Amino acid sequence: MRVGPGAYLLLSAILFGIGVAGVLIRRNAIVVFMCIELMLNAVNLSFITFSKTNGALDGQVLAFFVMVVAAAEVVVGLGILVAIFRKRSSTSVDDVNLLKG
Amino acid sequence: MLPLAGFAVNVLFGQRLRALAGWVATLAVAAAFVVAVAALLELLAQPGDARTQILRGSEWFTSGDLRIAFDLRWDPLSATMALVVTGVSSLIHLYSIGYMADDERRETFFAWLNLFVASMLVLVLAQNFVVMFLGWEGVGLCSYLLVGFWFNRRLLLVNPLGRLVEGQPDDTREVWAPPAAKKAFIANRIGDVGFLLAMFLIFASVGSLDFDVVFGRAGSLASGTATAIALLLFMACTGKSAQFPLYVWLPDAMAGPTPVSALIHAATMVTAGVFLVARTHVIFEASGTAQTVVVLVGAGTALLAALIAIGQDDIKKILAYSTVSQLGYMFIGVGLGPIGYAAGMFHLVTHAFFKAQLFLGAGSVMHGNDEDTDIKHFGGLRSVMPVTFWTTMAAWAAIIGVPLTAGFFSKDQVLAAAFEHGGIGRLAWVVGVLTAGLTAFYMTRYVFLTFLGERRWPEGRHPHESPPVMTLPLVVLGFLALVAGFALSTFTGEGGRFQRFLEPVLGAPEAHGSLAGAFWLSALATGVAAAGAIVAWLLYGRRVDWLALRRRYAGAWRPLAERLYVDQVYEFFTVNLGRAVAAYLARTVDQRGIDGAVNGLAELVGDSARRGRRVQSGLVRSYALGVLGGAVLIVAFLVFRP
Repeated sequence: MRVGPGAYLLLSAILFGIGVAGVLIRRNAIVVFMCIELMLNAVNLSFITFSKTNGALDGQVLAFFVMVVAAAEVVVGLGILVAIFRKRSSTSVDDVNLLKG
Repeated sequence: MLPLAGFAVNVLFGQRLRALAGWVATLAVAAAFVVAVAALLELLAQPGDARTQILRGSEWFTSGDLRIAFDLRWDPLSATMALVVTGVSSLIHLYSIGYMADDERRETFFAWLNLFVASMLVLVLAQNFVVMFLGWEGVGLCSYLLVGFWFNRRLLLVNPLGRLVEGQPDDTREVWAPPAAKKAFIANRIGDVGFLLAMFLIFASVGSLDFDVVFGRAGSLASGTATAIALLLFMACTGKSAQFPLYVWLPDAMAGPTPVSALIHAATMVTAGVFLVARTHVIFEASGTAQTVVVLVGAGTALLAALIAIGQDDIKKILAYSTVSQLGYMFIGVGLGPIGYAAGMFHLVTHAFFKAQLFLGAGSVMHGNDEDTDIKHFGGLRSVMPVTFWTTMAAWAAIIGVPLTAGFFSKDQVLAAAFEHGGIGRLAWVVGVLTAGLTAFYMTRYVFLTFLGERRWPEGRHPHESPPVMTLPLVVLGFLALVAGFALSTFTGEGGRFQRFLEPVLGAPEAHGSLAGAFWLSALATGVAAAGAIVAWLLYGRRVDWLALRRRYAGAWRPLAERLYVDQVYEFFTVNLGRAVAAYLARTVDQRGIDGAVNGLAELVGDSARRGRRVQSGLVRSYALGVLGGAVLIVAFLVFRP
């Protein structure tokens, strides 16, 4: 059977929803991080799907860009996490509230 | 030609400011006087109709249709004023040399005095309203400067309420000159607003400010406009010439040196208002209302000031109120119309002589008595100051109207004109005769208390006659006070020399009273004056304890001494009311309104910030929720956009 673009987009939406829920609910910074990655890749998936459907390469190019930026972001983000963990021995995002007004 | 001479006079004065000594100043003014006399002689050589010469001066400024040039006018009216100004000024300058001999700032004094004379000449010689206003402001400025000349010196002010209770000391207060100077300036400014508004109105309705053009078209003005212009001009006159609502500055202006009082506040500047009415008489004639107002204000002021003068103990204050009163006579004269112009101007001239003498005489008395001005401290000065005494007697005779002296002719001329004018003039006549009696009373009181009777000056004081440089002007002015009226007599109206001289400018009166009528009128006025003088003699000339009398009738004395409470009323309305308004503004408007708005705004910002800070929880996840909410909203907007 042939799998239509609708299924890909549905999967993408589900993945994105899991990512959003994870970011909002989980406290562990590393899990939050992974959920962000999940959202980014969900979007990548929909990019690819649309690219394939429309026969244009723009979506695939953009997906590569997203991967590159995500890689860079992971480096910076993990660096920050390590620094925070060293200082506070905790990876809970709720403990980091220095900017509270 | 003649105006050129007048112009040269002004140029001469422009350089006067560098004068280092009184002699230079005096010579300059005297030279101006000589030039004016020469110009007058040339003027007299002309036939009557050709006696108005206009010198077209350089252009001052142009703005649209308005072209203002330093045009000067030399006609019988301005010639009269110029002669009086320069003549009396020369004598007063001479006198000042003696009076101000010990003052370390006398060169400044003379510079200002000269600037005053120059401004006054600009005023009287002007050919358009703007140049006249220049002089008008100039004399106001000089008045301010000279009243406040002794700004750093405390002056003793005699309060006539002193010794009102047995054993009470003389009530003298120390005052400073600057407030008096400011008062003079501000009162004048109020009037000057009238002058300015009148000029605007004239320009708006006529389109020119040149005298000839304006007067030529004055007859065609709407009567309402003419009335407004005339009343605004008269408002300026009440300021400058110290008439009722605005006269209160003049008595206070006595804080200035006495020659200043004589020159500015008696002989010349205060007569500028009378001159203005005479000069713009065409406008006043176009408005019967304005003329009535002038006569009424003049008469009212004459009576009011004469009453107040009775209640003063300061010799300069007596003379100041006397001046206000005499100015009232002049306004009666010029307010009457053609019948009274010459009379008013005539009284102006004679008044300049005798009042200048009286002030200089008072200055001489002060000079010889350690600058004391309290009439209670004099008496019996006749023997030690004979020249001052006799010349003052001459001026006294003139002001109360002893027959054949200057005041007799001029005052009677005003009164006769008022009587003949009928209507409102009759009222003015009654007031004028009454005032003549009061004048005789207070002037006789002044003379008796100062020069005659027992000696009352304090121990250790040695009154002495003033130096010749001061007595010479006294003699000249006293002499003029006696003979000027006779020489210029307009006594019977028709054929009066002064009247005919001014006719080309002011117009001829239509009808004249009979000689007999005029005789009886003047006899009546003289009789009333004599009665006033006799009453004064009964009270002050004999050995009556007038201080005891004053105590017994304190109820009558107090209002007079308190200047009929006019100043207090003004003070209430200006000072207290001003303070109340200021307090209201400060407390309610400023503190509550403006500060309230500012503080309220700050509160508002602070409040909203306090609420807003709760949003900043510092929790990353709540921020993330916000981001999600925003993203959902944007997507929803994009999807459901119509």
